[in-house]
Amino acid sequence: MSKLLVTDTTLRDGSHAVSHSFSPEFVGEVVSKLAAANVPIIEVSHGSGLSGSTIQQGFSTHDEWKLIESAVANKKDSKIASLFVPGIGTRPEIITAANIGIDVLRVAVHCTEADVSQQYFEQAKKSGLETVGFLMMSHTQPASVLAEQAKLMESYGADCVYVVDSAGALVPEGVRERVAKLKDSLSINVGFHAHNNLGLAIGNTVAALEAGADQIDGTLRGLGAGAGNAPTEVLVAVLNKMKIETGINLTILMDTAEEIIAPVFQYPLVIDRDNLAAGYAGVYNSFLLHVREAAVKFNINPVAIIEELGRRHAVAGQEDWILDVAIELAQKQLVR
Amino acid sequence: MEKIKVAILGSGNIGTDLMYKLLKSEGSMELALMAGIDPESEGLKRANQLQIPITAEGIHGILEHDDIKIVFDATSAKAHFAHAKLLKEAGIVAIDLTPAAVGPYVVPAINLKDHLELDNVNMISCSGQATTPLVYAVNRVAPVKYSEIIATISSVSVGPGTRQNLDEFTLTTANACQEIGGAKSARAIPVINSAEPPIMMNNTVYAVLEENADEKAVIESIEQIVQEVQKYVPGYRLKRAPYIDIRHTPWGDLPTVIILNEVEGAGDFFPTYAGNLDIMTAAAVQVGEQFAAHILKKKGVIV
Repeated sequence: MSKLLVTDTTLRDGSHAVSHSFSPEFVGEVVSKLAAANVPIIEVSHGSGLSGSTIQQGFSTHDEWKLIESAVANKKDSKIASLFVPGIGTRPEIITAANIGIDVLRVAVHCTEADVSQQYFEQAKKSGLETVGFLMMSHTQPASVLAEQAKLMESYGADCVYVVDSAGALVPEGVRERVAKLKDSLSINVGFHAHNNLGLAIGNTVAALEAGADQIDGTLRGLGAGAGNAPTEVLVAVLNKMKIETGINLTILMDTAEEIIAPVFQYPLVIDRDNLAAGYAGVYNSFLLHVREAAVKFNINPVAIIEELGRRHAVAGQEDWILDVAIELAQKQLVR
Repeated sequence: MEKIKVAILGSGNIGTDLMYKLLKSEGSMELALMAGIDPESEGLKRANQLQIPITAEGIHGILEHDDIKIVFDATSAKAHFAHAKLLKEAGIVAIDLTPAAVGPYVVPAINLKDHLELDNVNMISCSGQATTPLVYAVNRVAPVKYSEIIATISSVSVGPGTRQNLDEFTLTTANACQEIGGAKSARAIPVINSAEPPIMMNNTVYAVLEENADEKAVIESIEQIVQEVQKYVPGYRLKRAPYIDIRHTPWGDLPTVIILNEVEGAGDFFPTYAGNLDIMTAAAVQVGEQFAAHILKKKGVIV
């Protein structure tokens, strides 16, 4: 097996947890630390991918291109990745990001919709980028369906396909099955991206490695959407103990997580009631802050909103359904 | 009563649904020909069973007839560029259901009357037909600084053409929200949901206003345009009353109108959840009807 590739996505998934408020200076500082620690791939973009600054996803406080410029300027030997969600982004944004100097594009779609991604993989390749396919909400589909979708991405030019547990809803057995099936079906790398709603972000990542995953994700101190991710520094500590070589400097990660990332937390990243409900009901993690806002506005229990979103099978990008559900629940309460 | 002969070009799903709608319509059009390029296509077979003249010679099969005045093009953008030229030379009006947009965007409830003298009009996109009237309705009483629409459609109702060209769909819809909706700037975001049973098409429109507006006037304007659209798309409706919120935007905290809309199809050929496909064909029939009535009127026929 080639060396395990770790991607740190604090500056992308973590964007959700700070309401998309990272500044170019902050991005530059964190990227320089991650690069000094030899983290191979560092993801930077709006939490919902390039051009995600919208009413639906939350506006960014800083120009996304400035964040990416700052990342590229500080990357040293690391590679910079950006997330891209078809429909939220369009091909011109891929070209702009490539011109600024990103190295990797991670194309994310709901895990049954890989066939919308072809034109974006082709554009990324034309722009000289490495490409990763991100199958979001992978808990909703069996391994066989994910493998078919992953094969489509491979045929479009993906260099790696990730099983993405967007809702933090998978347990280790489900991760193993899915990753193993993709390993069997593809000739390219297979990755795994965890969320911690069930307290399994590290455990599931280890399960993915045992099933043959070539690439894994983490965020410093777990800073990510909803319940957050597998903390990169904890992952590296675990990998060291498992004698899996990553070449990453644990001390720098620990210091960066403690001294630079911890101070920007806007709320405690714990598995509270809302996060557990989202993981249990299989609801997309980046909905969390939008759900809490609606719950306050309409004076309803956030868990009721989360559960209804789960019943409706909301997918990534459907933050508008939160308002619809909240108004409906508020009206039902009035009727009662 | 004299009727205008029309043809459908493209015997795929859209063309087939359009056929059923034209057969139901009792206005100024007569469906005189169904044209495809595959004699074995479901659409041509169905047309044949219904005793509608068919041709598998595509556009050339249409041009052989000299009495067809209006053609609905339900093929592809690439094909329409070629068709548009040939139809123009033959003096036939083209109603373009592809993303080619050779002619201007039309939405019956907004701007159709301005374009009845033209020979080519474009139907934008399904989400364009659904959302531009709502942006327009807000903008005509309270100027819209920025509109953002989220169009959620069921996975099974999104065909390969849209899947391979999602950018076309996204950018066309955003353009239409600016050009005919009137928003100063606009974004459109498609979301494809694969839930079973399939979800009904639903759209969320966020319209960020330039300044505070008369809430009652905004809501009345929206309700009025919904009634206009309902005249030709009966399943078009507000999911709940429009909601005005103050939102943090890059331009400061501004009033934002949030409109939740859903579109239930008539169930002619497509299942009722596929309101996204239904609104295209239903709106196209309305466009065809207005063109046909206009042609008859010019000929001195009272309609």
